[in-house]
Amino acid sequence: MSVIEARALVKSYGELNAVDGIDFDVAPGESFGLLGPNGAGKSTTMRMIGGTSLRTSGTLTVLGLDPETHGPEVRANLGVVPQQDNLDTELRCRENLITYGRYFGLPRSYLRGRADDLLAFAQLTDKADEKVDNLSGGMKRRLTIARGLINEPRILLLDEPTTGLDPQARHILWDRLFRLKEEGVTLVVTTHFMDEAEQLCDRLVVMDHGKIVAEGSPAQLIRRYSTREVLEVRFGSDRNAAVVAQLDGVAERIEVLPDRVLLYSADGEATLEQVTSRGLQPITSLVRRSSLEDVFLRLTGRSLID
Amino acid sequence: MTDRAPELLDSNRLAYAGGALPAASQARIGRRWGWWLYAEYRLTSMRAYLPTILIRSIGLPLLYLSSMGLGLGALVDSGAGRVEGVSYLVFVGPALLVSSIVMESSGEFTYPVMSGFKWQRHYFAASASPITPGQVAVGEIVAVGLRFIPEALLFWLALVWFGGVTAPASVLMVLIAPLAALAFGAPLMAFAATQTDEGSQFAFIQRFVVMPMFLFAGTFFPLSAMPTYLQWIGWISPMWHGTQLARVVGFGMTNPWWLTWLHLLVLVVAAGGGIVASARLFERRLTR
Repeated sequence: MSVIEARALVKSYGELNAVDGIDFDVAPGESFGLLGPNGAGKSTTMRMIGGTSLRTSGTLTVLGLDPETHGPEVRANLGVVPQQDNLDTELRCRENLITYGRYFGLPRSYLRGRADDLLAFAQLTDKADEKVDNLSGGMKRRLTIARGLINEPRILLLDEPTTGLDPQARHILWDRLFRLKEEGVTLVVTTHFMDEAEQLCDRLVVMDHGKIVAEGSPAQLIRRYSTREVLEVRFGSDRNAAVVAQLDGVAERIEVLPDRVLLYSADGEATLEQVTSRGLQPITSLVRRSSLEDVFLRLTGRSLID
Repeated sequence: MTDRAPELLDSNRLAYAGGALPAASQARIGRRWGWWLYAEYRLTSMRAYLPTILIRSIGLPLLYLSSMGLGLGALVDSGAGRVEGVSYLVFVGPALLVSSIVMESSGEFTYPVMSGFKWQRHYFAASASPITPGQVAVGEIVAVGLRFIPEALLFWLALVWFGGVTAPASVLMVLIAPLAALAFGAPLMAFAATQTDEGSQFAFIQRFVVMPMFLFAGTFFPLSAMPTYLQWIGWISPMWHGTQLARVVGFGMTNPWWLTWLHLLVLVVAAGGGIVASARLFERRLTR
């Protein structure tokens, strides 16, 4: 049985359909991703799951309950990590966890021990009595995740968990989320980073303009919508478009971006040989594996991060 | 969904370790006590500026009462003799107590509300828990209202010390002032909940609503001393209704019984209306 089930889910703001008739299911213990550019409707979908955004039409159940009519019951089972941190910056780390836990009616005697466990999980034990203002961005994010776990939720909603973090902070955070995944927590993650989706998600939907344009595991999506390898070549920004005519037939598919040309094929090195054999000398060339970025480009004709 | 499977009871787990109350209980507590749980948080967070609150609630009465009560009072008493049958200090004391708390509400129900929605987004944090948006609004009002009680008490003690009250019933001011503050502040909070950007609207309210109310709503002289065409300012001001009530309990000011009850009714209706409006507007903005 699904823990989250959405059917023909729509959210309109005036004329605009921020979420435009989407269907999806999230299985228990699954790590489910909503991948898409900013404004694709991911955050709105997340807020509808918690009942903090009222849907325009369609049905949505979380653990079998409608979040609009059973908001408190649904949210007691959720941990929410919003896109923008909304910690109390005046309070200390531990106080943030305890005061938040009180929102769930949990007794202070329980919360004190729980806060210590979660601070350890978030690698913030030595910052327990530090004011939130003094934490780095990555630490604040980890504290927000710890806060989302205070009520022992069955489902953790993470909205753009690593946006704005440096690479090292992102890896620490992914590592913590992995641990939760191993414990069988159902994770619902929105992101516009394909590496994050590949790292964290068992299954994902690709969203664009409020619609789901593809669904599957990262590997399935890559297999279905892209080739095994990609050859990236640069001929200089003024020449990229001009050489395309001469590349006809060297690859299964060719995408011309402003700064480079992407050649999709099963064997990137072989493709590069064909390119050079036609007398073309790219300034730089790179062979890599296909990623979700390529899937997105294929599906929407645009790159994920504009 | 209420009871967890026994195999999940494991204290090494972070997610469902099985130590917390079952979700159904969390939800039940939230439905019933969510407003109080939010108020509890707000009272905790106010500790961060407790020193400011303390300095204000001790310093302000001393300043007001020594300048207006004793200083201005000496002048008035030597000229007019008595106001409403009592010395100027006794006349102005209850008004200063009520108006200082009402004026404070104009700050407490504007900028923190903008912060809750926009700057720190505490309201969004709370409404991701079992607490509903309407409960967040009520909790905010309850917390600020409760905070005003000890502040009014400190003012009242200062008033006693200065000899500004004559009747034991004057201790009721400790409740009248917070009520008047909510009668003004709760509708103001409803307005603040509709504001998405802080331009100068809150400063405008301070200057062109709160100050005129303080100066013209019977604080320093009886409303009847003003020209008739200006007396409406008093009638529409929660501050005046609160001040008049405080004078009735403070020195037994002669007031028709129906008018005393009317003062109380106005305050209760304004506060209640403000709470209902705030709860609705919070609901709308937090579920957009």
